[in-house]
Amino acid sequence: MTKTIHPEIPLEPERYELTSAPAYVFDLDRREFFKILGGGLLVVSVLPAASWTQESGGARGRRGDSLPQSIDAWLHIGENGTTTVYTGKVEVGQNIRTSLTQAVSEELRYPMEKIELVMGDTQLTPFDMGTFGSRTTPTMNLQLRRVASAARDVLVDLAAAQWQTDRQKLTTKDGKVVDAENKRSAEYAQLVKGQQLTQALPAEDPLVPATQWSRLGQSAPKVNGRDFVAGKHRFPSDQKLPEMWYGKVLRPPSFGATLVSVDLKKAEEMGAIAVHDGNFIGVAAPTSGQATAAVAAIHAEWKEERQPSSTELFEYLKKNPAVGRDVTGDGDRYEVGNIEQGLASAAHKLQQSYTVSYIAHVPLEPRAAIAKWDGDKLTVWTGTQRPFGVRGELMEAFRLSEDRVRVLMPDTGSGYGGKHTGETAIEAARLARAAKRPVKVVWTREEEFTWAYFRPAGVIDVVGGVHEDGTIGAWEFHNYNSGSAGIRTFYEIPNQRIVFHSVKSPLRQGSYRALAATANHFARESHMDELAHALKMDPLEFRRKNLKNERLRAVFEAAAEKFGWAKRQSSPGRGFGMGGGYEKLGNVATFAEVSVDRKSGEVKVIRVVSAFECGAIVNPDNLRNQIEGSNVQGLGGALFEAIEFKDGKILNGRLSQYRVPRFSDLPAMETVLLDRKDLPSAGAGECPMIGLAPAIANAIFDATGVRLRSLPLVPNGLKTG
Amino acid sequence: MASIQLSVNGRGVSIDADPQTSLLTALREYLDLTGTKYGCGEGQCGACTVLIDGKAQRSCVTRAAAVAGKPITTIEGLARGDRLHPVQEAFLAEGAMQCAYCTSGMIMSAVALLDRNRQPTREQIVDFMDGNVCRCGTYSRIIAAIQRAAEARGESATRQGAGR
Repeated sequence: MTKTIHPEIPLEPERYELTSAPAYVFDLDRREFFKILGGGLLVVSVLPAASWTQESGGARGRRGDSLPQSIDAWLHIGENGTTTVYTGKVEVGQNIRTSLTQAVSEELRYPMEKIELVMGDTQLTPFDMGTFGSRTTPTMNLQLRRVASAARDVLVDLAAAQWQTDRQKLTTKDGKVVDAENKRSAEYAQLVKGQQLTQALPAEDPLVPATQWSRLGQSAPKVNGRDFVAGKHRFPSDQKLPEMWYGKVLRPPSFGATLVSVDLKKAEEMGAIAVHDGNFIGVAAPTSGQATAAVAAIHAEWKEERQPSSTELFEYLKKNPAVGRDVTGDGDRYEVGNIEQGLASAAHKLQQSYTVSYIAHVPLEPRAAIAKWDGDKLTVWTGTQRPFGVRGELMEAFRLSEDRVRVLMPDTGSGYGGKHTGETAIEAARLARAAKRPVKVVWTREEEFTWAYFRPAGVIDVVGGVHEDGTIGAWEFHNYNSGSAGIRTFYEIPNQRIVFHSVKSPLRQGSYRALAATANHFARESHMDELAHALKMDPLEFRRKNLKNERLRAVFEAAAEKFGWAKRQSSPGRGFGMGGGYEKLGNVATFAEVSVDRKSGEVKVIRVVSAFECGAIVNPDNLRNQIEGSNVQGLGGALFEAIEFKDGKILNGRLSQYRVPRFSDLPAMETVLLDRKDLPSAGAGECPMIGLAPAIANAIFDATGVRLRSLPLVPNGLKTG
Repeated sequence: MASIQLSVNGRGVSIDADPQTSLLTALREYLDLTGTKYGCGEGQCGACTVLIDGKAQRSCVTRAAAVAGKPITTIEGLARGDRLHPVQEAFLAEGAMQCAYCTSGMIMSAVALLDRNRQPTREQIVDFMDGNVCRCGTYSRIIAAIQRAAEARGESATRQGAGR
């Protein structure tokens, strides 16, 4: 297996991934692991091997260089055969609990049912930056395969020693080491009985190649799926502890409002514990109803400030550069050739501006946390994509050392990049300390809409210059605020200037599924369509002419064929369009068919065909699920989702006011999977989304001749009659 | 505080709660039936769907006291012992979930739909289910699961008919 991943593609920094490193890491001795886990076989990695596969910022986060070494336990095979795997990654619906179990099952040759994953428990799992950036499959999947492979090596050695035979003669299958020649076999559990073996991860170990996978590469149903359909799984908001109370937080009337005065007396008279600590005001009470009533009884006065509104957003973004940021810094600016000369020599030049609105993640389970103090030790169960990050936030908020805080993450009701932060964890912990008992805080939908963070809005200015033969000579691309993910063009263009401009965002903004790649692909692929139209060229032909990357060409061709691009018949009110690109090591092409009712203005996406390639496919059924889900979620941001705000208030922060895609928005969807068993597996939770918005915008233009350059495209429909 | 008598999943239970308490809160907080989920608090997402008198209702906008004594079925009450309800089985078979937070509400709505329309068309499914939100976007699989459950029921009805 090749270990270099896309050496030709520089990874764009994710500037809005909210991250913070833990202050330090404590060492856990391997004897302590056996004390906790019981005997058996333990696979560990010994740091500081800052180079091992973690997040790009893993070495930074770990601060491995300041520590002599630290042992991370990854896998334990107990004396009863139970195999427990430890990973800091978390499950928010991407189904990585399943795909990572498959990875271990593959390399360990062990049934999936007997493998249990402990995920996102800061006390038990190795440090992890967080679950974002589609990194689980390219990094953690590989890491756990190595871990399992190392364990299998030890098991074979044990059997060889026991039977006094050559290990080369032994094979492994279904949790047994098999000596076919002598017709004998031994269960893993038997082999590790009475042992306290540790195996450090070797630097290199041969993994099963994708062409020989028997467990990976296959569809596998969701691990614990039965618990979910039976309503038995306890999401973070479902957790309960004895003596637990419910917490509520008093919110300011607008962002940035400052407290003038507060009177907690009425809340306290109602039997609630009320807390005013710095800018935090909250209550805890025996029931959620009492907590809600008590917080409503608090009298507080605030001083509010005038703030920009969504109606003036895009002018604001252009006029308010972030102070002190060097726009020529690495990652913010990319130049090749000579853009001025390139544009001057182009036969056709086109300058356009594209915009994207702030949108909300709307994870169906809002933020939730339960906090419990045992003396000065804090344990928090919460739904977050960054358990270790939340641990850091708690350490900072309560001035605790790392060994005093434990964060656990039960499989959570989605995130989409929206749960990187630990607000509810801190709120619950502060209230629990005051109430001297466990406290649960679950945000209301309105709180989730208002006090979380948004996908960044942005303005993208593009100038493209093309020659008569259809080749692109020059490309200038400026992104204001929305982000630099996917900002580089993958078309072959000799003269380029690509700049990201940091802006003072009027709203709190952060990660979102595919993040800025959606905005940058929307602008780029819309502009490509506009240039093709200016040249009177077929948009697919125009892309072929300017695209060399064979993986991208392959997805465009596959989608075009499935879609029937060559046979399409546009008519007034019915149009076809495409968009595609690469992001997070995946390649996608999306083709869309839309209908536009001229009179009612209704725009309907009728059909979407996606072709996707992310290396060797780990779980085809789940991959299809992720691609379809990306397209459905992407419909919202493409067609109608937008946060409206004024003077620090969200104006449409309820589900009755903020439209999300529903059953009736569902287009017919077809998915083509390109399985490249010769390439490393990449993630798929984000990339499939990026082609949809431009494909729809281009299809609307095809249907109506109206070019829409703002996301969402048609929040109020499109009347052309 | 008031004593509210509820009939949940075939069992009579009594809770002492504020008369304004929603059925959702009664189920989750007082009876620890957490399979029913909070999603929006205004009946817009369907995550809190339960059956009251066999009809799909949003428990977040239903006062517990208002449905005292009426038969209430939650997701926990669908299975018969270890045997899942055919709609639950169909959701598993179609992999009709991602994070699965909406799944309880989806299944309860689907059960209500199939109880009143044994063989719904795709259009009828979309129409009936439109009040349930799956933010992960698994709608097409949920439709397939409902169709599968309808087919399974049709087949078992046929088998029973043939056996008579």
